[in-house]
Amino acid sequence: MLSAIEIEKITHELQQVPVKKAACIEALKIVQQERRWVSDESVADIAAMLEMSTAEVDSVATFYNLIFRQPVGRHVILLCDSISCYVMGYTVLRQRLHEILLIGYGQTTADERFTLLPNACLGTCDHAPALMIDDDLYRDIQPADLEQILEKYH
Amino acid sequence: MERPLTQHIPENGAALHLREYEAVGGYTALRKALRDMEPAQVGALVKDANLKGRGGAGFATGVKWSFVPMNVPGPKYLIANADEMEPGTFKDRWLLEGNPHQLLEGMIIAAYAIQATDAFVFLRWAYKDAAREMRRAIADAYTAGYLGKNILGSAFSLEMQLHTGVGRYMCGEETALLNSLEGKRATPRAKPPFPQVSGLFGKPTIVNNVETLSWISHIVNNGEAWFKSLSYTADGGTKIYGVSGRVNKPGAWELPMGITMRELLEEHAGGMRNGYRFRGALPGGASTDFLTDAHLDVKMDFAGVAAAGSRLGTGTMVVLDDHTCPVGFVHNLEHFFAQESCGFCTPCREGLPWTEKILWSLENGTGEPADLELLERHTKLLGPGNTFCALAPGAMEPLQSALKYFREDFEQHIKEKKCPYAHHQH
Repeated sequence: MLSAIEIEKITHELQQVPVKKAACIEALKIVQQERRWVSDESVADIAAMLEMSTAEVDSVATFYNLIFRQPVGRHVILLCDSISCYVMGYTVLRQRLHEILLIGYGQTTADERFTLLPNACLGTCDHAPALMIDDDLYRDIQPADLEQILEKYH
Repeated sequence: MERPLTQHIPENGAALHLREYEAVGGYTALRKALRDMEPAQVGALVKDANLKGRGGAGFATGVKWSFVPMNVPGPKYLIANADEMEPGTFKDRWLLEGNPHQLLEGMIIAAYAIQATDAFVFLRWAYKDAAREMRRAIADAYTAGYLGKNILGSAFSLEMQLHTGVGRYMCGEETALLNSLEGKRATPRAKPPFPQVSGLFGKPTIVNNVETLSWISHIVNNGEAWFKSLSYTADGGTKIYGVSGRVNKPGAWELPMGITMRELLEEHAGGMRNGYRFRGALPGGASTDFLTDAHLDVKMDFAGVAAAGSRLGTGTMVVLDDHTCPVGFVHNLEHFFAQESCGFCTPCREGLPWTEKILWSLENGTGEPADLELLERHTKLLGPGNTFCALAPGAMEPLQSALKYFREDFEQHIKEKKCPYAHHQH
């Protein structure tokens, strides 16, 4: 069941677009904002509200890197794995994150604190390597900085 | 040396807000266009200035606008492509975060030229600061009467929305962006019809890059001759160039169009870091061919870089140094392209993961001599004309040039059955 607030926000989006389908991505974003991820049930609920098939909504949901179709932790770490970060040593950061968090890409820590994901180019190549945690961008990172950065997130 | 696009961006990285923008002449071009110019005159001026698109393809902006049919009823759309997900590219971030009203003013004038009714900023998800500044700038522009009904008392009205993406490189492709804005998967559309005729929701639509649109107010204020005079070459204006990699001062700079790679690298990026040697660079982001030290005197404009066998692309250079494995470098790129392929056409969907797999095996010591021939074949099979859009051909550019310039590195991997670089990373 979509919550009252989700329905209200999606209804607002529907007023901005000429056809209901066009609000699909925004609807997915709204649900994810409220629940951190988009479940099968939510996909079906959005489909009903937008008069789309479940499969069609799912095809959109699974296309975009930042719509999560599995539960994620309270904080999502996006490690930039693009070329400038490659040259500047992101693989060392990746290794260090695996060691500290004891998880690989796509996994969530047992305490649901962090989910670790690779991310294509954060667009801050002059300050590589970079990563993002939730809305916070960290640049020019040294492996030794990681633990202190992670401590800020509970 | 003039820096029209970036001169007013505060040094501390904060955004130039409405009052500050107005204080340095902001929105005078919009007043001038609405008061003194017919929409067609604005288009003609941009055409005469020969402003070429700064998003990568370099198509003439005024020519693009001229394809919009002007006598059709119903809505028309203007979209700023602020997706900027090309690896190695970070120039639009500077403009979006530092001077959002410059983009808005350019958009409003562009919308006037094509008589658009609605405008969108399609902004990538990761640009949180830019999203905050754009949202504020749009609200301030509405309050000040630069957006909405009857702008500045004229007959022209325009609505503007910010759309933030949810992460997919394909969204930067013009027609895929339209699909995404319609709430769909970001797969490219067949052309023709071109978006200028049938774009967003089937209506005439212009999609321009952020840096391109940021020029419009300056061209309206100062004219085509001034625009051309800023450049060292036939391609007018300045360009925001960038350098990343193991250089002393990675960064982005607004410089006259046509400066050489050498000036960029040595004077602005401060040369290579101590202990590292320059081996090559992608001159304009991940989907451009390598240039090497033999090309350092190449002029960084559209024709100059093309003559050297690459593309100016976004003008933001990624440097390959002698401690970084060229095969690993290309492997990273092909991994990106394989992952970001929309899967819509077979050569791209199947060919890119295959390419990536071959490069992975080379890096891991299981490559075979026949692999190089196979890679060469991929560069042709996935090249221009064989795929639905430019993603796979773009992915082949760094690969084909790496096979040409760094052949001995590929061969060494096969011969030694390992990556010969100390800092082996994949």
